[in-house]
Amino acid sequence: VNLAAQLGRRRVLRGMLGGAAVTVGLPFLDCFLDASGTALADGARLPTIFATWFFGCGLNPGRWEPKTAGKLVDLGPELEPIRPYMSKVNVFSGFKVPLDGKPAQPHITGRIAVQTGIVAAAGQKSALPSVDTIIADSIGTKTRFRSLEVSCIGSRSSESVRAGNIMNPSEISPAALYARIFGADFRDPNAAEFAPDPRVMARQSVLSGVKDQLADLQGMIGAADKVRLDEYLSSLRQLEQQLDLELQKPEPLKACSVPQKPVGELPPNAEVTTMQTNHKLFVQLIASALACGQTRVANIALTEGLSTLRRSGNAVIHHTHTHEEPVDPKLGYQPNVTWFIGTIMGAMADMIATFDGFREGDRTLLDRMLVWVTSETGYAKVHSTDNIPTLTVGGANGRVKTGQHIQTAGDPITRVGLTVQQAMGVSVNSWGSDNLATSRTVTEILA
Amino acid sequence: MAKKFGIVLALALTASSVAGITSAATDATSVPRVQLVGMRRITQDQYRQIIADVFGKTIKLGGRFEPDQRDAGLLAVGASQVSVTASGFEQYDDMARAIAAQVVDEQHRSVTIPCVPKVAQAKDETCAATFLGGVGRMLYRRPLTQRELADEVKIASDVSDRLHDFYAGLSMALTGMLESAQFLFRQEVANSDASDPSHLTLNASSKATRLSFLLWNSGPDRLLLDAAEHGELDTTAGLSKQVDRMLDSPRLAAGVRAFFSDMLGFTAFEGLAKDPVLYPKFSARVAADAQEQTLRTIEDLLLRQGGDYRDLFTTRTTFLTPLLGAIYKIPLTTPDDLPDGWVRYEFPQDADQAGIITQASFVALHSQPGRSSPTVRGKALREVLLCQKVPDPPGNVNFALVQDTNNPAFKTARQRLTAHRSEATCAGCHKIMDPIGLALENFDTTGAFRSLENGTPIDASGEIDGLKFANAQELGKAIHDNPAATSCIVNRIYSYGVGRSATKEESAWIHTNLAKDFADGGYGIKALLRSMAISDQFYRVTKPEIRAEIPVSSRLAFEGEHK
Repeated sequence: VNLAAQLGRRRVLRGMLGGAAVTVGLPFLDCFLDASGTALADGARLPTIFATWFFGCGLNPGRWEPKTAGKLVDLGPELEPIRPYMSKVNVFSGFKVPLDGKPAQPHITGRIAVQTGIVAAAGQKSALPSVDTIIADSIGTKTRFRSLEVSCIGSRSSESVRAGNIMNPSEISPAALYARIFGADFRDPNAAEFAPDPRVMARQSVLSGVKDQLADLQGMIGAADKVRLDEYLSSLRQLEQQLDLELQKPEPLKACSVPQKPVGELPPNAEVTTMQTNHKLFVQLIASALACGQTRVANIALTEGLSTLRRSGNAVIHHTHTHEEPVDPKLGYQPNVTWFIGTIMGAMADMIATFDGFREGDRTLLDRMLVWVTSETGYAKVHSTDNIPTLTVGGANGRVKTGQHIQTAGDPITRVGLTVQQAMGVSVNSWGSDNLATSRTVTEILA
Repeated sequence: MAKKFGIVLALALTASSVAGITSAATDATSVPRVQLVGMRRITQDQYRQIIADVFGKTIKLGGRFEPDQRDAGLLAVGASQVSVTASGFEQYDDMARAIAAQVVDEQHRSVTIPCVPKVAQAKDETCAATFLGGVGRMLYRRPLTQRELADEVKIASDVSDRLHDFYAGLSMALTGMLESAQFLFRQEVANSDASDPSHLTLNASSKATRLSFLLWNSGPDRLLLDAAEHGELDTTAGLSKQVDRMLDSPRLAAGVRAFFSDMLGFTAFEGLAKDPVLYPKFSARVAADAQEQTLRTIEDLLLRQGGDYRDLFTTRTTFLTPLLGAIYKIPLTTPDDLPDGWVRYEFPQDADQAGIITQASFVALHSQPGRSSPTVRGKALREVLLCQKVPDPPGNVNFALVQDTNNPAFKTARQRLTAHRSEATCAGCHKIMDPIGLALENFDTTGAFRSLENGTPIDASGEIDGLKFANAQELGKAIHDNPAATSCIVNRIYSYGVGRSATKEESAWIHTNLAKDFADGGYGIKALLRSMAISDQFYRVTKPEIRAEIPVSSRLAFEGEHK
């Protein structure tokens, strides 16, 4: 968003204050939808949705990858919980983060590489935007929320970072997320009545005035602060977008039913039962928000990169176990770490089941979604950034072919990020820096 | 545009003087060519404090803030790098509307609005200008320009007329001010420095703002803005007068507490939990009391007693609640005449606790949920209190021996860490963290004292920078005597004030001037703050300092490996 381009020296107030007529959408009748409710009457499909699902500390190498490449016919034991959805997922193994001779920052390098396509220098973070924000800027600007971020362990940070390292904060309470989406400002797309609130128009004119004041800073601001001010302006415009939508009769969406306020949420923290409970509530709310057209991008962080998950009554957290726990010689893996992995993969199955259980006509919400599942580490015991577990879930409205195992011998992991962007319609031919630069789409999964 | 609103402004200025608000507007055209040299998002605490200062303590915020971010050890530095995200803006909007609605409601308007409209169902430009010019000056920390005021009055008037409600108009205009970049960011504006072309100097209102946030953690009050607008901050005598007034104000306590909360990393308490099965006594309330204990200790020693900063590491005087007493195993009876539940407490000479590093706010904050961590504590001690950076750990390390509590050969953390340090790649860094962290092993993850770990006596001896100690109290004494402790706080407080790390040139000045004044003043915090606040250096900006590159915030600063 370019500040200069957006700000004239316009001092005319908009909306009601400028005396302009208010545009109210014509009533939309159900007959404008096709019989199945999966598309609008003109044949346009319901929009494609993007989500990320992130967990920390990776999986055990050799225990999650399918044995055979190509059609997905088997899964490693750690992916067993998602067996019922094999036909709707793709598994990516053997990808690498080439370090370009830079030192690895444990739990940070892998995440930055996967999300932003660069290996950050020692002590540095990437100033580049994460893939989800690139996609959100492409498909999320017409909805109430450009994106929604949640953390299931009570951390306000997120993996969603905009240019200049500006992080979208996570919601940590399902009740708070509910209030934000389905509170007083929510307009039910299927409501019979629609009456625009004149106060909304007044709020629009206020925002317009706030925006105009920014022009005073033109010409006296340095480049770094300009990035930050552009981001502020972009956020302001997102609120303007919300207000615009409040003044229009929304299109009916058959699968949208306003959910009840979430019940049973636990005070957010990294204890496993709490994580599982709040994760389920979050995913249900996000499914409803997506079905009701409130956003097209959602970022779900099950844990942070350095997983602080803990088991009630146990002194050692997941991350510490990954480093300290001996490999059981009989089992061939770390039993406690693997227990945590089991809870994480169980949560992933919950997520898929929820999205796939949301009917939209003869299809499911998941069918128009692309969920990108990532971690930040391959083998956490040694902080490896090789073979970071990666999956995609959902067919993205037919844009992505599913049920495949993409196996490579050390291709840069940015190939997946590039492909995900292309599948979501971002106009990009190459992505990543230095040895992570790639223009090789994973064509096998693109329809 | 300014001409168009001439009538309104004339009225506004008249009304301003009636309401006792001086100079509600200045002419934008008279502003010299200036540069924006800093844009610092106000923190959550600052936002709360400003609203309370401007509109009174009964106004409720009704919203959530997006998290502040830490860089170079301080949220105050991170504030120079963050922006407002879409969800953050939504929240600011919610808060702004809630605040504005309360400010104009029937309960508050007689106090918050210095005039009454001619008719409550229509616009009143004079009254609107009086109110908006007055609060605008407090919120933007400078007088509104003529055009800004005219725009605000127009918004208020149009809404008042359309909704047939004068106060609805005021509320809308105030909402806009509260979500403007002028309010949410401290905009530091500098002019060229007549005496030195290589530098810029903050303009008067930016000076007042930098000073006020340093000393009070809030925006300037009317007296300070008056002084700024009358040019008094540009003279040594005028500046000293204001600095001394502010240092003598009870509001200094809020400023000093804010600095130490930031430096000690207390925002990490927000996510702090201990395993309730293993540590049932620890709760969110204990965590809140632990922070307050340390802040009360600091406030008492540094402000009330006018004491030596270094004594924070050895003092036996502190403040406790019954909940903290339960953690420290000190039976406390709270006298009935102490309504806030806090009692002053003096640890005996032979007690295990002494100084802030043995308080729960340090040992519990720098631990894991289920157990203590000498490495995390040693790292925090180096980085937070001595400003010494501990490098990140290397990749491909076998951590198997560290704290495998099932291994019969390694019952205590000392034994396990000694084994870990036998690995050459780990030894270098652990050598600077573990020996000092191990000195605090007598305190478990909640801050409770213990003498055994897994049935084996805890050995809390060690050495720091060549100085040997036998236990935590002696470690406190060693930090008291360590020159890094005093140079650390001097550097931190400077960065805190200017919102960035010091440049090389500034570091030299800090070392020769600020550190010397601190020592000469008996390491008193007021002497340090005064020395900085009356200096020219504090308000100067080196020209190349105007940051041109994209900043890199370190939201991960406390998210390192050693968790």
